[in-house]
Amino acid sequence: MAEGAGEEKKKFSIWDLPDVPMGQLLPHLELQRSRVSCNKDAPIHTESIQYSGAYASMGINNSSRLDRFSNNFRVEVVRLNEDDMEFDMIGIDAAIANSFRRILIAELPTMAIEKVFIANNTSIIQDEVLAHRLGLVPIHVDPRLFYYLSENDQPNEKNTIVFKLHVQCKRGSPRITVKSDALKWLPNGSELVKETRNAASDSSSKPETYTYFSCSQETIPEFVKNLIIPKYPDIIIAKLGPGREIELEAHAVKGIGKTHAKWSPVATAWYRMLPEVVLLEDIEDDLAEELKSKCPVNVFDIEDLGKARRRRATVARPRACTLCRECIKGDDWEKRVALHRVKDHFIFTIESTGALPPEVLFTEAMKILEDECERVITELS
Amino acid sequence: MEHGSFTDNSAATFSLTDEDHTIANAVRFTLNQDPRVTFCGYSIPHPSEARVNIRVQTTGDPAREVLKDACQNLMLMCRHVRCTFDKAVEDFKASNAVKALKIDSQDSSGDDSEESE
Repeated sequence: MAEGAGEEKKKFSIWDLPDVPMGQLLPHLELQRSRVSCNKDAPIHTESIQYSGAYASMGINNSSRLDRFSNNFRVEVVRLNEDDMEFDMIGIDAAIANSFRRILIAELPTMAIEKVFIANNTSIIQDEVLAHRLGLVPIHVDPRLFYYLSENDQPNEKNTIVFKLHVQCKRGSPRITVKSDALKWLPNGSELVKETRNAASDSSSKPETYTYFSCSQETIPEFVKNLIIPKYPDIIIAKLGPGREIELEAHAVKGIGKTHAKWSPVATAWYRMLPEVVLLEDIEDDLAEELKSKCPVNVFDIEDLGKARRRRATVARPRACTLCRECIKGDDWEKRVALHRVKDHFIFTIESTGALPPEVLFTEAMKILEDECERVITELS
Repeated sequence: MEHGSFTDNSAATFSLTDEDHTIANAVRFTLNQDPRVTFCGYSIPHPSEARVNIRVQTTGDPAREVLKDACQNLMLMCRHVRCTFDKAVEDFKASNAVKALKIDSQDSSGDDSEESE
């Protein structure tokens, strides 16, 4: 009898239930895996579930194969100007997006003024402050045409750009403002003569200057038509009172943002995850009006259903949502509106300071990440 | 630099110099995606020193090979992102050029109709 009862008991498996999807995650787990839930007090489920065996007990393979990534990955450009761009990356993880952002800010090279040779400065701006300000002026030149200048190298036309600034304010004339268009490019190199001990021996040869240009930079094809100038001509560098003078020579070299922020090619670069606003129940009439007025960026719209004379709220512009959580403040609103962020949809914005256009900057950043990977691989082998 | 055991090469700590979160977090992501990996993580022993320790433990394969494969995957991902991005920028520029042409032709046709009147 006991055996009969034992045979009648069948093993019950959750997969036999009719509404459990095979090979996919249950809806609440899919929400946990792919969305950050922004609650009233704090966001939850913020970590990305990368581990390949995360859902192994359910028979789901979480490991990403490259072909799945290649098929699902998309880029959509929203705005592209000379100086800034905004684009969407869909299907990528936060770790890689952050790597791109870090490289854009700190590891892309640019040209910036590093050494300033001051011949005369009678203005009220101190020498070091003036030199610091000159270093921060963005220069409109492609840094890929230059080499890095190390301590053992001599400054020559392949690694240095020389600017000259000579401004005077005559006695009796009003105060003048020195702007960045006063910086003149010297394509033939430095004009300041170095002091040498044996003056007699050098009388026949050319006097030695601080740079060793073998040819003029104007002869280099890229610079024949484009002068090297600061990107913005109206940056205020100094102010001179009557009778004051500034005479200096500035040498610009290649560097990266890690060493000093003046070499960062982006004003800034940032990303945010796409916000998602979900209405959990139908919101009608007065509640709909209240919801629409609450939102400071007009995410919600009222939809007229016509004959039924019920006006319903809809989500019109979720992308503009700043997640200020005004719509879930107050009693009961958390049951009606849910705020999420999509974990693999990033809205990237890049603002360039002018050396390179933003799409070129992003391509260069990816090349740098590839080179770093290769370096690690060669170190390992 | 690899700190591991001579007898068991499926678990090791790799110490990389001149690196920081930029590459370490990206490599840790691709390592996690590999089904042969049981544990992976990275740490930075001191923020003033540019050194990263990446710990990899696998289900039997040598840790060095798994790390190399993860780096290769990351490189391929980067390349794919770059191609997709370049194509998207080109498409955007082309569609903008078309839009500008359309607006120009509309303006000029509007002017023509005004002139004829």
